[in-house]
Amino acid sequence: MKDPIIRLKNVSFKRDEKVILDDVSMDIERGSIVAIMGPSGVGKTTILRLISGQLHPSKGSIEVNGNEVSTLSHRQLYECRKDIGVLLQNGALFTDLTVFENIATPLREHTDLSEEAIRERVLAKLESVGLLGTEELMPDSLSGGMARRVALARAVILNPKIVLFDEPMTGLDPIAMSTVRGLIRKTNDELGLTSVIVTHNVNQMSKLVDHCYILAAAKLIAEGSPQSLAHNEDPAVDQFMNGRVEGPISFRYEKATDSKTANPS
Amino acid sequence: MNIHWTQKSKLLAPIAETGHCGIFLVRMLGSIRFERGLLLSTLQQTYLIGARSLVIIMICGFFVGMVLSLQSINALQQFGASDQVSLLVGKSLFRELGPVLTALLFAGRAGTSVAAEIGLMKATSQIEAMQLMAIDPVQRIALPRFLAGLLSLPLLTAMFNAFAILGAVVFSIGVMGLDPGIFWSKLETGIYFGKDFMGGFWKSIVFGGLVSLIAVYFGYYAKPTGEGVGTATTRTVVMSSVLVLIFDFIMTSFLI
Repeated sequence: MKDPIIRLKNVSFKRDEKVILDDVSMDIERGSIVAIMGPSGVGKTTILRLISGQLHPSKGSIEVNGNEVSTLSHRQLYECRKDIGVLLQNGALFTDLTVFENIATPLREHTDLSEEAIRERVLAKLESVGLLGTEELMPDSLSGGMARRVALARAVILNPKIVLFDEPMTGLDPIAMSTVRGLIRKTNDELGLTSVIVTHNVNQMSKLVDHCYILAAAKLIAEGSPQSLAHNEDPAVDQFMNGRVEGPISFRYEKATDSKTANPS
Repeated sequence: MNIHWTQKSKLLAPIAETGHCGIFLVRMLGSIRFERGLLLSTLQQTYLIGARSLVIIMICGFFVGMVLSLQSINALQQFGASDQVSLLVGKSLFRELGPVLTALLFAGRAGTSVAAEIGLMKATSQIEAMQLMAIDPVQRIALPRFLAGLLSLPLLTAMFNAFAILGAVVFSIGVMGLDPGIFWSKLETGIYFGKDFMGGFWKSIVFGGLVSLIAVYFGYYAKPTGEGVGTATTRTVVMSSVLVLIFDFIMTSFLI
């Protein structure tokens, strides 16, 4: 790994007594698009929350852009987050603000730009996501795909170094999916970002990402390019990549357990 | 007496929650920055939760004034003292009914709306999005609503009192035919600025802070589900009403 911008070292995370993540390590290279995949409820979003400092690991360390996030003070964490854009699963647009004000919020909060400069930057971002002309609309009048694109424009308005995407394709029609997928690639390459995408959508991700991590039963079970994972012979990876019901990954809920029994292999 | 640990934790829960709410208040007040943004959002919230409560406050105030003068005249007539009605109505309003009833109405109208709004923002991940953008939601969401409540309640109480006096005038003078000169002179000479007017004013400030703190606190810590938002709004009304009446007694015992 040449230059990891995010580094998870032997990270474990427990909620009450339930093991969510067990000894997970990842090195995410600067400038790449990386997918964290796995069945629902496996702890993918937990990894995003650990990277953004919303949660702290039970064990291990998480380094983001040179900062050990779990040891940062509240103020330092907020400073660190200015370099991280996050697109949440439902877009999480502020429902009382227009599209323009939604995108302008981080600029108003963290910069001293003039009103004219803010307007210029917001309209440029709206243009880049193909939504110029929607600036005066309220979020409730946008479709799911449009809301996701507005949220993407808001997430990258401060030109962050890292963008975290939580299930960016969920609930979108095939055209909107392709649009969002194209936008993630375009934004990543044009702005020189590092994108981390949490998803269980194998087909869409194989067309987009440079590197994949697959989680199952709290463990990291495989990593590599989408092409190499498609031909991986590990039964759990094969089950997930091909959507088989039978296999080592159980779809039944498992009650609080220790790390040894959480391992399927 | 042996108390099981679950019973003990149930007994301690309200104390722990009071402490948590106190910490939230300190955190909120600690986030005050004297800047234009805070002023604008506080004024906007004052309009949304204060000005929009005005109609209900005016209607309720008017009828409270009417019913108060109806009951007072009915009782005072037995002693031949019906000309004292404005004094009785004025004292009751300025000292007790004005601040207490306005606070209870404010809790039902504005407190629930604030708790539900913040709870819904939490349920739709807007609060989380704000934190991830390095924006403090306590400063941006909770603080302007708290300050707006603090500012609105004394003003709404003044409107309530004004319309209650108007109701009393309409009933006592218009319906019962009391002499307007006696009505106004008794009111003017019998109501003291310090004890009656300012006593009610201090109460309305405390009640405003109490109701808006409870609303923003329960909204902010609501479970991010539909049921959680419902529970937050219900608890806002119940806790606000109970605490307003408890604080009213405590304050009255000091102010009287």
